[in-house]
Order: sequence, then C-alpha cells, then structure tokens
Amino acid sequence: MNSLKVIFDFDTWQEIFGSIAKNKTRTVITVIGVLWGIFIYITLSGAAKGLDNGFEREFEDMAMNSMFVWPQRTSVPYAGFKVGRYPRFTISNVKDLKRQIPEIQYIAPRNARGVFGGTQPASVVHKEISRTYNIYGDFPEYTKIATKKIYKGGRFINEGDQRNNRKVCVIGERTQEELFDEDENPLGKYIRINNVYFQVIGVHKYLEGGGFETDGDIFIPFNTFRNLYNTGEYVDWFTIAAYADADVVAVEKNVKDVLKKIHKVAPEDERAFGSFNIGEVFNRISGFANGMTFLSLVVGLATILAGVIGIGNILLISVKERTKELGVRRALGATPGEVRIQILLESVFLTLVAGIVGIILGAAVLAIINLATQNQSDFPYTNPTVPIPLVLGALATMVVLGTLIGLIPAQRAVSIKPIDALREE
Amino acid sequence: MISIKNLHKSYRMGDSSLHVLKGIDLDIKEGELVAIMGSSGSGKSTLLNILGMLDSIDEGEYLLDNVLIEGLTETTAANYRNKFLGFIFQSFNLINYKNALENVALPLYYQGLGRKIRQAKAMEYLEKVGLKDWASHLPSELSGGQKQRVAIARAMASQPKVLLADEPTGALDSNTSNEVMGLIQQINNEGKTILVVTHELDIAHMCKRIVTLRDGVIVEDQKVEQVIVENHV
Ligand SMILES: Nc1ncnc2c1ncn2[C@@H]1O[C@H](COP(=O)(O)OP(=O)(O)OP(=O)(O)O)[C@@H](O)[C@H]1O
Ligand SMILES: [Mg+2]
Repeated sequence: MNSLKVIFDFDTWQEIFGSIAKNKTRTVITVIGVLWGIFIYITLSGAAKGLDNGFEREFEDMAMNSMFVWPQRTSVPYAGFKVGRYPRFTISNVKDLKRQIPEIQYIAPRNARGVFGGTQPASVVHKEISRTYNIYGDFPEYTKIATKKIYKGGRFINEGDQRNNRKVCVIGERTQEELFDEDENPLGKYIRINNVYFQVIGVHKYLEGGGFETDGDIFIPFNTFRNLYNTGEYVDWFTIAAYADADVVAVEKNVKDVLKKIHKVAPEDERAFGSFNIGEVFNRISGFANGMTFLSLVVGLATILAGVIGIGNILLISVKERTKELGVRRALGATPGEVRIQILLESVFLTLVAGIVGIILGAAVLAIINLATQNQSDFPYTNPTVPIPLVLGALATMVVLGTLIGLIPAQRAVSIKPIDALREE
Repeated sequence: MISIKNLHKSYRMGDSSLHVLKGIDLDIKEGELVAIMGSSGSGKSTLLNILGMLDSIDEGEYLLDNVLIEGLTETTAANYRNKFLGFIFQSFNLINYKNALENVALPLYYQGLGRKIRQAKAMEYLEKVGLKDWASHLPSELSGGQKQRVAIARAMASQPKVLLADEPTGALDSNTSNEVMGLIQQINNEGKTILVVTHELDIAHMCKRIVTLRDGVIVEDQKVEQVIVENHV
C-alpha cells in the first residue's frame, strides 16, 4: 500500500479516530495546548493589525510627512532679550522657510480663535439662531497638507478668495445642522460672524481623529481673518508638509533652526517652539504595531511548539499503551511503514484540528472586538484581521511540526518487535 | 507445506545464553492438523513464533510452501504473514475499540483490499463462525468463546496457507474449548493446514497428529485417531 492511499482511505481515518476517541480527556488536554497557541497568535496579530489600521485611520486626512510648529515662551536669554518672551510668527516667515529649506513642499500659516490659549470662539448668527464656533483663517494650501472633504456642490477657500479678501466661509456639518433647517441648502446663504456677513461656500465633512479640529469648525480666508480680528502680520502656527522623500525629522529641526534665527531665539533653546511631527509619530506607532505583530508571532509560535511537543508526548504514551495492539497489527500483516504513517497521521490530525479550532476561536474573538470598537471613534482600532497567507502559513507550520514531533512516537512504535509486543505479561 | 531442518534457537540473557530449541526436524503436509505438546518452557511458543516469522532462526532451515524463509526484513515478514499465515492467540488479541466485523476485516485492510470487499469477506467469515448477528458488537460485549471465534474468523479472512494457534483454548472452559476445537476441525476439513499448541491432552487428541517437545527437542511424533467434536456452531 502506498502512503497516499493510506491517507485517503476511510479506514485509516477510522483507525485514527478510534485511537483518538479512546483517550478523550487526554486528547482534549493536548489539543488545547496547540489550540491555545494558535489562538494567541491569531488574536494578538489580528489586534496588532487592528491597531495599525486604527492609527492609520486616525491620521488618514493628514499628509504622512507633515508637521505643526507653534511658538511658546523662550527659556534662554539671548541677544539682549529676557527669558519668557513669546516669539510670534509672521507671514513673512513663510518666504524665508521656503527659501532656506528646499525639502518643504507646502506651508500653510494658520490663525484661529477658540482653539488655543483662551481665545474666544466666533459668535455666529443665522436668522434667529446664535451660536459660537471655532474659526480658522486658512490658505488654500492647507488642503494640500490636510485633506478637507467638502460636501457636493461646495468648495474650500481658493486663491481668489484670498486675493480679494472675500467674506466667504466653509462651515462644519454640525454648524449646518445647528444653524440651518434640514431642507435648507446653506450654499450661497449668508451667516453673520462677529457681526460681519459671510457667504457659505462649502460644508466640510468631519473626519474622525486628526487632532483638535471638530465638526463645527468654520474656515475663512487667511486675509479675511486678518481683517476680522486685526491680526496684522501675525501667524498662530505653521502647518508644513515636506516632500515625500524628505527626512521629516531633519526638516522639523531645520524649520525650528531657521525660525530661531529669524526670531532671535538662542540656538539651544528647546522650549521656544513647539512642534508635532505626524510622520515621526506615525513611524513610532507603526513600529509599535510591527513589534506587536512580531511579538505575537514569537509568543504564538512558542505556544504552538509547546502544544505540539505535548501532542508528541501523549502519542508517545499512547504508543506505549498500545504496544499490544500494534503487535497484533504487525502479526496480521501491518508493515513498519504502515504503522509509522498511522502514528504520524494521528499527530498531524490532532495538530491540525487543534489549529483549525484555534483559528476559528481567534477569528471569533477578533470579530467580537471589532463589533465592540466599531462605533468608538476615540479608540484607534479598525478591522482587526489576520491576512490569509499568515493563517495558511501557521497551519502549514503546524502540519510540519506535527509531522516532525509525530516521528518520535512513530519510530518508537516500529522499534518494538512484534514478538515482544505480543508477549503475554 | 512446512519443512524445518535442524532448527536451533537460543535467547541471550545478559552474559548467559538459553538454548531453547536444540535441533528440530519437522515436516507438515498440506491439510494436516497438528498438536504441539510439551511442558511449560519446553519451547512450544518459540517454535510457533519462528514458524510465524515473528522470531528469527539461529541455525537450520525453514521452508514454507517451498519458499525458504531466511533473512527477512520486517516489511517482507509482515507481507508474508499477511499472505501466508493466520494467528490465533490464547488471549484473543482483538482490538478493543473495533467491533467484530472491523476486527475480522483488519488483515484484509493490510492486504490493500477495498472497503466493500473487506466488509463482505469479513461478514462471510463471521457467518462461518456463527457470529453474523454479532458483527457490530465490541469485543467487550462478547463471551470468551465468541471472542476466540471472531479471532479465528480474523485469522481465516486473509485466506492463509497455515493457521498457527498458541493455546487457543487456554482461556476457555471445557465446553467453549470444544466449540472452538470443533470450529478448527471444520476449517481443517476444508483443507487448511493448522498447528495448535496446547498442553491439554484431550485438546491434542482432537487433532490428527501430536508432536511432543521436551527441553527443546521433539521426543514424540505420532498420528492419532482424531476425536471429532460435535459441532456446536
Ligand atoms: N524473548 C525471550 N528471551 C529470553 N528467554 C525466552 C524468551 N522467550 C522465551 N524464552 C524462554 O525460552 C523457554 C521456552 O519458552 P516458550 O515460551 O517457547 O515455552 P512454552 O513451551 O511456550 O511454555 P508455556 O507452555 O508456558 O507457554 C522458556 O524458558 C522461556 O523462559
Ligand atoms: Mg507458550
């Protein structure tokens, strides 16, 4: 009989089920070892993938190589200035930064009210309704750095708005909801912001994550904002995007160095400017997720290995217990090869069943986690999945390990001579 | 059918060596029913194991159906056993998680026969030993005599040239022993060559020839008047 025939023979499996079913408790206990291993592997690596996906979603509206830079207070006296000065950015800094740092692709200076530093949000009135919202003065470039999804028919601020100091605004979903009737199209309508009439040109779709922005934000042209709030040349902070191939950490440092020189801040003053580098943070997070994937691989493999060794042990015991039976089989004409393949198949079968059950349980847990976190925008966790190739790889690993470990009891089974196996005690 | 010449067998035990078979010459023709007798330790089982290719020969010659049995690998020995020999043990040696039919079908499985054929043949032999209705019963649900009859059906199923039975009635009461011997006689009457190891004289007399061993040599070899058992099956 060749081995392929053995594998596909119903009786081979009957033999295997027979011997497995005989030791139910022990079979279950061993199977649990491998099952636990694959379960841990699947859940951990799925969770890692979910975190990875989640962080990606959190920042999906921001360019990966972008950063914010804002002024704080100086902490080192320099060039005749005392400590604690607030070096405010100006619109002319943009030109200097662009000239001195060629890696910069876009700079969007921004001003805002209601967001930071105890400033008042804008008071907005439409018909009888009056509310307050955070308001931003923006350049059209801003959408190159942070995507702003605008609802159909509307648009973001453009060059023309900027040049002509147009009194136009982009409002948030919530703003629309709160100020306008349900069937009222806000586009082209006027609202009063700090007693000045602005025409609504777009409604932006709120994206989860993305830092401090909300679904009520109002965006107006930078120049219009300057007139409205009398901010002159001042800029609250810069949003900067580097070219895709640039080293974002180096660009961040260059930007600060240039700004220090312009604003006469000591080169060693680390506290004068604050910054947040999305590229760096993202790298760190995906590094963490990668680390977790790796960890789950190591832990999972180690547990699977321990489980498989457990199966080998049980089979060894069961071979010892079945010495007589194996002797009878040999007397009836079972060749050593047939005995060996039977024990091997038992090992592989146990490992495989344990593996498949583990994968199913793992997938179920991942599905439950997914359901539980689906509607939570503040928890960065999306689509916890384990790629099919990884699952198949794990199964293949288990078949290989099951075969290898099965070789030990299989060899033991054939090393006993039939006459010794049959000897009456 | 069986021809052995000057057969010697020793067991090594540590430094010393135990000479168990000291030059056996034996010829058994097709269709014989031979009892092998002798006191405990005289070497009966050793002889039967050698005939069954479960044990090796130190010296001498063994021909089975004119084939010289010599220097076999485990695999060829297994194939020969499967094709030429049927074993019946004192303790039945049925596989406890298989029912009667599956036990009988097992040697056919190792012959590589298809499932349907195996089942049909196994059923045929179960019927022959009168246990057709017990086909789906586990060994634990059978009496000693029934177990031995299943074992005989199993030994017969692969249609071997020779049946080797080591004290087939050793674990049975006299009534059941007679039943089993009746079955063995019936099979022998159909032409099968059978060797039965026993130390009960009445069992030996149900055979056609008695070979007596003492201290590893044949001391007596005589044809006897066979006592026919009333067939209970
Ligand atoms: N594998 C072995 N190793 C060592 N000694 C053995 C072995 N097998 C049998 N013997 C010895 O050989 C002698 C013959 O044993 P055997 O089993 O052939 O006796 P027997 O005639 O079948 O006896 P019984 O009627 O008790 O079954 C005994 O002394 C026994 O102890
Ligand atoms: Mg004996």
